[in-house]
Parts: sequence; structure tokens; C-alpha cells
Amino acid sequence: MSMTTEDILRWLQQLARVLQENRDYLTQLDAAIGDADHGINMDRGFKAVTEKLSTGTDTDIGTILKTVGTTLVSTVGGASGPLYGTAFLRAGMATSGKQVLSEADFVSMLGAFVEGIKARGKAQLGEKTMLDALLPALDAARRAEGEGLDLAQLLRQSSEAAKEGAQNTIPLLATKGRASYLGERSVGHQDPGATSGWLILKTLADTCGGA
Amino acid sequence: MAIGLVIVSHSAKLAEGVVELAGQMVQGEVAIATAGGAADGSLGTSMEKVLDALRQVDSADGILVLLDLGSAVMTTEMAVEAFNAEQPSHRIIISPAPLVEGAVIAAVEASIGNSLDEVAAAAANAHMLPKLSDKHS
Repeated sequence: MSMTTEDILRWLQQLARVLQENRDYLTQLDAAIGDADHGINMDRGFKAVTEKLSTGTDTDIGTILKTVGTTLVSTVGGASGPLYGTAFLRAGMATSGKQVLSEADFVSMLGAFVEGIKARGKAQLGEKTMLDALLPALDAARRAEGEGLDLAQLLRQSSEAAKEGAQNTIPLLATKGRASYLGERSVGHQDPGATSGWLILKTLADTCGGA
Repeated sequence: MAIGLVIVSHSAKLAEGVVELAGQMVQGEVAIATAGGAADGSLGTSMEKVLDALRQVDSADGILVLLDLGSAVMTTEMAVEAFNAEQPSHRIIISPAPLVEGAVIAAVEASIGNSLDEVAAAAANAHMLPKLSDKHS
């Protein structure tokens, strides 16, 4: 099974819808332990992405993902701009010139995506950030690939791991980002970045993972 | 020649205010540019604005960047990466100093022609300058 350019475009279009639907939810999470703009930022960023991609012509997956990256960097004023921006840029570099992704290509792309966030934000697992959803998701994807599972199962397992990872941020103490200013008060709240990270992968599984 | 300064803030008003205060100390002798607020003017930071500011104060002697909170660092780092592609030999240092105190000290040090490293060191110690006298403790 493979992921095509059309699949990637469908994913991104659906993701824009999902982020719009979850705008208030993400903003609420960010209001509890941040500056209350994560939902607004992600919605704005991906609306701009949808507009940008609608004017594009036949192109490869790498170019599409790099376009998402640069669009997020220039339209999202919060931390997600540089973080997800770098993630999509790196994912785009990893898939340069490709029109089709195999399981291995996808895992490599996800690896570059997550590595981009690590390099840009300099956080690690357990610090109550988007990495707490994305690192488990990457591990799950690598395991699934190693077991020879097809793309659909790989995406679903990755998505489930991200969901669990996001929920596991609830008891964590924030040491990164605006939430770190809250100290102990950050405990007991789900991290907004980890939540959007899960939504990104969930949408991928929903659109490209088969029913 | 002197080093250039860039003030990065999530707030355009805050960035302008910092430049006003720092400017008072040096009467226009130091090139200072701002990169405040997101692209659409809301609270946030913009890589494009930081890159523009770096280009504005570009100096062979280098640039010191003062900034406010967390994500301003990532945005600035991305702008510096882009800038380094244009001007690979011009050094840029991102200061850990508190924004206002760091900017004022950096402006003074830059105006007397100190090097980038000297100005950066002075700004990095800005938090040590006592704000309150002993009577307040």
C-alpha cells in the first residue's frame, strides 16, 4: 500500500477542517496553561495552507510539505509556527521529488517531521510538549513497519499512540513554553501542542488509513 | 562602525517602547531595529520581521538580538539561519538578557564602539544591576 500526492492533499484539506472544528477546544487547553492562542493559530495557519495549496499545480509531495512549512512559519505567530513549520519543512526535504510514499518512506518522513521539532524546540519526552504525542507515534510507526504491517494499520497504530501520548501529558509538569511559567499549576491539564499533534496524525489515519 | 541591535518582542508596542528607552541613552548613534508582533499585528513573533530587522542593522561588526519570551528564540533562530545564508561572515548573538535592561545596556556599550562579544557580555549581566536599593529588602 502507498500514499500518493492526492492522499497528502486530501489529508491537508481535512486537517484544515479538523483544526477549525477543534479551534475552541485547542484554545481552551491553551487558555488553561498558556496564552490561549493555540487553536486560533492552528486554524489560521491551516486556512492559509489550504489557500496556498489551492493555487498549486501538479507537484511532488516534498514541495507540498515544504509549502505547508513555509506557510505556517509566515502565518503563525506562536511557537507552533517555528515548530510545525520546521517539522513540515524537514518532512518535505525527506520526500523531495516523490509522488508516492511506501511504508518505509512514510516512516522516514515522520522521523524527519519529529526530528525537526526536536531540533527547533530543543525539548525531550516528558516535558509536556507536542513531542509527548509525536515521539510515541513515531515509535509505533517504526514498530509497525518493522512488523511488516501495511500503511493503513501503521497509520492507525501511530494515531492511537499519539492519542495516548497526549492524554499522558495531563499529570506532567511543564518546563517548556509559556506553560512553564505556571509551574505546578500546569499539572492536571492536557498539553495543547500534544493535542494538535495527535489531531494531525489522527486525520492522517482517518483520510489515508482506510475505513 | 558599531554593532547593530535588534529588538524582538511578541508585542509591537513593547518593541517600540524598548527602542525609545534605549535610544534615549545613545541619541541615535546606534542602529536599532524592531521586530515586534506577528505578521498581522497580533501578539506573536514573525520570522520575516526579524529577518528584515537583521538586514536593516546589518554590520560587519555583528548584531546582538534582545528578545522577550520563549518562542521569540525559535523565530529568531530561523531568521538567523536565513540571514546566515545571505551574510555568512556577519556574526549574530542572541542575548539571554532581560529585554529592557539588556537593550539599554547593549545600546550604551554599542555606542562607545565595543565589540559584539563585549556588548553581549555586558547585556548578559544586565540582571545583576540592582534595581532596588538595599533599603527595600
